[in-house]
Amino acid sequence: MNRGHVIPIDPDAVLTVRSMKTEFALRTHTLKAVDDVSFTLKRGKTLCIVGESGSGKSVTARSILRIVPEPGTITGGEVILHREDGDVALHTLGDRSKEIRAIRGADIAMIFQEPMSSLSPVHTIGFQIDESLRLHTDLDKKARRARIVELLERVEIPDAARTADRYPFEYSGGMRQRAMIAMALACNPKVLIADEPTTALDVTTQAEILDLIQELQDEYGMAVMFITHDMGVVAEIADEVAVMYRGQHVETGGVEEIFANPHEDYTKMLIGSAVRLEEPSPIKIAMQAKVAALATRQPVLEVRDLVKQFKSKHTMLGKLVSTGVRAVDGVGLDLLPGETLGIVGESGSGKTTLGRCIMRMHEPTSGSILYRGQGADTEVMSLDKKGLRDFHADVRMIFQDPYASLNPRMTVEQLVAEPLRNRKLAAPTEIRDRVADLLVRVGLKPDHMERYPHAFSGGQRQRIGIARALAPNPKVIIADEATSALDVSLRSQILDLLLEFQRELDLSFIFISHDISTVRYFCDRVAVMYRGELVEIGNAREVCDNPTHAYTKALLSAVPRPDPTRRRIANRHRYVAAETNNMSNGASA
Amino acid sequence: MTIATDTATPLGPDDVPSIVDAQGAEVASQWKLMWWKFRRHKLAMASGVVVLILYLIAIFAEVLAPSDPNAFSPRYTYAPPQELRMSYVDDAGERQWGLHVNDYRTELDRETFRRTFDLDEEDRIPVGFFVEGEPYKLLGFVPASMKLFGPKEVGAPFYIWGADRLGRDMFSRVIHGARVSLSIGLVGVFLSLFLGVVLGGISGYYGGWIDTAIQRLIEFIRSIPTIPLWMGLAAAIPLTLNPLMVYLIITAIVSLVGWTDLGREVRGRFLSIKDDDYVAAARLDGASEPRIILRHMAPSFLSHIIATVTLAIPSMILAETALSFLGIGLRPPVVSWGVLLQEAQNIRAVVTAPWLMVPGGAVVVAVLAFNFLGDGLRDAADPYSN
Repeated sequence: MNRGHVIPIDPDAVLTVRSMKTEFALRTHTLKAVDDVSFTLKRGKTLCIVGESGSGKSVTARSILRIVPEPGTITGGEVILHREDGDVALHTLGDRSKEIRAIRGADIAMIFQEPMSSLSPVHTIGFQIDESLRLHTDLDKKARRARIVELLERVEIPDAARTADRYPFEYSGGMRQRAMIAMALACNPKVLIADEPTTALDVTTQAEILDLIQELQDEYGMAVMFITHDMGVVAEIADEVAVMYRGQHVETGGVEEIFANPHEDYTKMLIGSAVRLEEPSPIKIAMQAKVAALATRQPVLEVRDLVKQFKSKHTMLGKLVSTGVRAVDGVGLDLLPGETLGIVGESGSGKTTLGRCIMRMHEPTSGSILYRGQGADTEVMSLDKKGLRDFHADVRMIFQDPYASLNPRMTVEQLVAEPLRNRKLAAPTEIRDRVADLLVRVGLKPDHMERYPHAFSGGQRQRIGIARALAPNPKVIIADEATSALDVSLRSQILDLLLEFQRELDLSFIFISHDISTVRYFCDRVAVMYRGELVEIGNAREVCDNPTHAYTKALLSAVPRPDPTRRRIANRHRYVAAETNNMSNGASA
Repeated sequence: MTIATDTATPLGPDDVPSIVDAQGAEVASQWKLMWWKFRRHKLAMASGVVVLILYLIAIFAEVLAPSDPNAFSPRYTYAPPQELRMSYVDDAGERQWGLHVNDYRTELDRETFRRTFDLDEEDRIPVGFFVEGEPYKLLGFVPASMKLFGPKEVGAPFYIWGADRLGRDMFSRVIHGARVSLSIGLVGVFLSLFLGVVLGGISGYYGGWIDTAIQRLIEFIRSIPTIPLWMGLAAAIPLTLNPLMVYLIITAIVSLVGWTDLGREVRGRFLSIKDDDYVAAARLDGASEPRIILRHMAPSFLSHIIATVTLAIPSMILAETALSFLGIGLRPPVVSWGVLLQEAQNIRAVVTAPWLMVPGGAVVVAVLAFNFLGDGLRDAADPYSN
């Protein structure tokens, strides 16, 4: 499959794409989102399109179905669907033509990343599946209903006959994605395009969805085009891999071949950065002796029996609307000076709430948090407003979303200088120098000071966030999913940067993450949380290699590894308690 | 815990900011981005120019208006508009150039006492630029007597938009009316802006029972039928007050009702950003509460407020017009567009002198210009969206 050349028709080919081009006319220039991309989808095979954000992989999928968002236009290429009754050239059909509408959903179905926003909130799931049956088949009402229940059963939704009449908000994230898949399967499509269908899901749910897609593919013989940024997922499910970079098709090949002998530098980098996270950081290893020495000292933070109970809600007449949730349920942990403690768990496990309770951004219900700063010990729970302000200078926070956590109306200098200015930690004349110094240390240039955050990429923004956290010379940094929003190639860079600071400044980190691989790379110890409780805590290596708790085992075995020769999702551990409460844990933390 | 994989912004890899550099976009501040976006909205740009011209007219009304708006002349009651002409044919049959209007030939019907006007082709009144007129004080303190244009002979009949019931020049009156009509909008909007930002801000930032109380108050105010309310309040204004005081009170009345929209807008903005990560970050950075509100939160909705204010001005102008038209707002001798339209209440007057409707046209132009301008500003207010 070389690009540009005529591809010989394979008898198994279902969809052929030849030198597709899609462009976006921007204010200053034309962006080639998809630039000369060719591939073939084959019956019963999975093609993974992998690339980082902005590589054009989603636009490629949308260009096939001609649903490119404004101001994009498809400027060239051929898309041919091979059906039993002859080939259909999709690229000749109009965007709103009857012909293309007949193909969308019937021959080619698509599932999206965010099932909540792709489902209509005001119609039942059953009604939404029914719609595609009504459009594409001539079954009568009774037959359609039977088919809906059959489909929902097929995607393993419990009690399908009743759940069909429920609304999307009553479904958990994983169930919504299952419902989306049921909808996509409604008309037995030949091609299923899945655009990051598991990115928004927890790893255990992701593993279930991946399983399901694979099973259905074996059963119906669909061709699957699976778009993802996660090399682990690619290794688990792909037959063939197409790597994209900035709209261009970099490399294509069989999955084992790509992982074993990547030809292009970009592919090597992608695989390299995924594999890198499988082992502890080299910096971490070099620091081990120092951490061990520091660990004999008294903990810098001692958390005991911390409870956060969200209030139950009542109506005006006193009727109970929702019972309170114990988001954090009696958690106790120590943070040693100079160490990194990882807190892992899935959405709803209370890990973010725990982090915010330690900062007292949420008011804990009960428990104690002892902080040993310079000199005196402080009980954080009893601090007043002023005391809390001082505490916040020593214990800092790095946020998950580098876009939402930087005020778009302030320059980088103002952002980084904010903690210095508010606490008068530097004389006004020194502030600029301090900021410049901090920027250099996080790998930015001092002349970036006058710029606004929107001029920076996600990774650079996270560096600004780190500079802001470091500005008042803190002792402890709580990093809440600090690398989750970043491309995998940037994750290890940011983590290494944090480790460098740890080595220099004897910082302690609490690293909150759902991603066990970053924990292995970055943390000395790890605590596993499940439904507000700490189920396991120990040395990161030991927990990752020999977990003792059944939940930790299930969590770890669900993580896809970037190694196609050792697929493990199919025979993973399952933690039974996690399944029983499927309906209620839809809300993410 | 969703992972935001942002496929929409095609930024390069982490350490290659050069693309952004080359376009010079990286140093563009929020206001600059807004200006770029606003500039693309052609209709709003044009409306901005119209609004500017309207205010210049209001400021320099004395210079622009050829005659005193209150100067009356019983000889010219309901005189129709004269046509401004560039040239005429003189007695010798030669075409002569010169800006002029024709004088009226008046006939009085002895039975109905109604005057009928004809334009006298022979009798020309020369019109010039920068002519001497009646003395006035420019901007209230500079004594002057120069008019931008007018009849070269002081006091000659010059009614290019016709005359009203008392023979006053409509053109001069519309120009002078702009002053009151356009400023009552501004004063009223600033009053309601103050009320709206303070009450809406408190409501959104603190929430809880304060929020509930303020929201119920807003609903109550909005449920009162406005015209009876105005009539009641206007009836309470003592008749002995001078027109200027009445004017201020009317403004206050209009804005007491008008702040509710703005209050809700501000509350919504506060609600939507008070839990944002960057506000939480500011709190952790040790920023005090006033600093969080003024320095961190306010800039992100300031532009929206400006846009809302621009959209609120036309409703203030319309409210003034409506009140004055009903006779419960401003009263003569104050000259405003609403007061002028009072003259057009009488159907018979409108039939015989349709030019009395001209102030209505001025209201339409002003309101449309403000609305388009506000639309453009609102679109530009969020330069980060598409």
